[in-house]
Amino acid sequence: MSVRHLLDIESLGTERIVQFLDTAEVFFDVSRRKIRKVPTLRGKTVINLFFEASTRTRTSFEIAGKRLSADVVNVSSSGSSVSKGETLLDTVKNLEAMRPDVLVIRHSSSGAPHFIAKHSSASVINAGDGTHEHPTQALLDAFTIRRAKGAIRGLIVTIAGDITHSRVARSNIHLLTRLGATVRVCGPRTMVPHGIEQLGVSVFDDFSAAVEGADVVMMLRIQRERMGEVLFPTAREYSRRFGLGRRVLSNAKPDAIVMHPGPMNRGVEIDPDVADGPQSAILDQVEAGVAVRMATLYLLAGEAGQSPLS
Amino acid sequence: MEAPNARIVMNADEIARALRRIAGEVTERNRGADGLCLVGVRKGGVPLAYRLRVLLRELEGRDVPVGTVDINLYRDDLGTSLAAPVVGRSDIHFELEGRVVLLVDDVLFTGRTVRAAIDALMDYGRPKAVQLCALIDRGHRELPIAADYIGRAVETRRDERVDVLLDADDGGPDRAEVRASAEAAR
Repeated sequence: MSVRHLLDIESLGTERIVQFLDTAEVFFDVSRRKIRKVPTLRGKTVINLFFEASTRTRTSFEIAGKRLSADVVNVSSSGSSVSKGETLLDTVKNLEAMRPDVLVIRHSSSGAPHFIAKHSSASVINAGDGTHEHPTQALLDAFTIRRAKGAIRGLIVTIAGDITHSRVARSNIHLLTRLGATVRVCGPRTMVPHGIEQLGVSVFDDFSAAVEGADVVMMLRIQRERMGEVLFPTAREYSRRFGLGRRVLSNAKPDAIVMHPGPMNRGVEIDPDVADGPQSAILDQVEAGVAVRMATLYLLAGEAGQSPLS
Repeated sequence: MEAPNARIVMNADEIARALRRIAGEVTERNRGADGLCLVGVRKGGVPLAYRLRVLLRELEGRDVPVGTVDINLYRDDLGTSLAAPVVGRSDIHFELEGRVVLLVDDVLFTGRTVRAAIDALMDYGRPKAVQLCALIDRGHRELPIAADYIGRAVETRRDERVDVLLDADDGGPDRAEVRASAEAAR
């Protein structure tokens, strides 16, 4: 079942990760042509099923599907039968009956895409589940890093912010350590889970020390909607200790790149100077997102052909 | 590595002569090489396209641009094979608008690859014309497609495999060979 779906990075082999990244290179070229569309998934149907707000990820999947000539349908929880109290399983079963080939799912509950994959004959792509994983984000981050730096092995990557609540951090830690990067995490102690060292990362309390000599500085969004104000006193204090400004960034390698999965809280976790500065790869990440999602749809829809269920 | 029951249908000399003849036919038909470009179909057509460029340079004293096209995104059988085929990069770094494209492949078989390659080309621009060159025409067409330039037409059974080996990994001479195969070649 695992080849048909993309549910997490943790269970992916290195070879499979590299296959996603290499395939995305081809689609990156397609998106830079005059005619940004190929007929590859003609006749296939992709449903974007988003139970959580999203602009970037949903648009990115939609454009990816359309550039592959798939028919793409967007369903969001507001304005759907979900808001009328239908269970997740019933929603999925009803959509299933319309015979989609791929279900792209974002849900606030960790594990929701895995649950749906068990009950679905379509390929399921996890577009972010709770605080668990966001595999296509990690793939597009790796793609961006690889294009900027040539390779991932041997790089020092600092991930800073609310590690505990971040599915982006979790997926990136799995992927980057697997591809041979040294990963450092940094954030207020209340936002760094106990025992995270077991994933092969080192924990820093001091942000400047965490950034020292880094090739990549990846900032996470402070997720106000995920927590009470108990985890840190004020946004200003957070910004002073863990916000990325030019002074902190000067501790990194001179050619280090700055990343952020968006949406940014300007002036909280990242200064506008840095977000818009020459080292920022933030919009490159967005461009890479379409290529990586095209590769994901291509590889999953191509392999689903042999499924006895479809 | 030559399979035990392979029969050679073109040897190195024959391939070299066929390509020289084709280069002559191309310049004759197009009155030189002005406005011409070569696009090799990955992977077998690519080395042939580069050899033709050298031959055209000898005849016309100038280089024509060479590009490559990967047809996997344009296949008509995605989802019917076990795994999504590995896609390669297409590289056409020049404008097709107004040019005559000489599409080059090693073996012409069902015609489906050529159909896909033409569709791919059209997504890069609108060429003035597309001409097709294949080193081996092995028959069994499934689409109304014919080559403009052919190295050699070879009688084959549908379930046989035809391989063109140029600068092969085994260090052997250039050759085109036909052999029996359980799985039909594309």
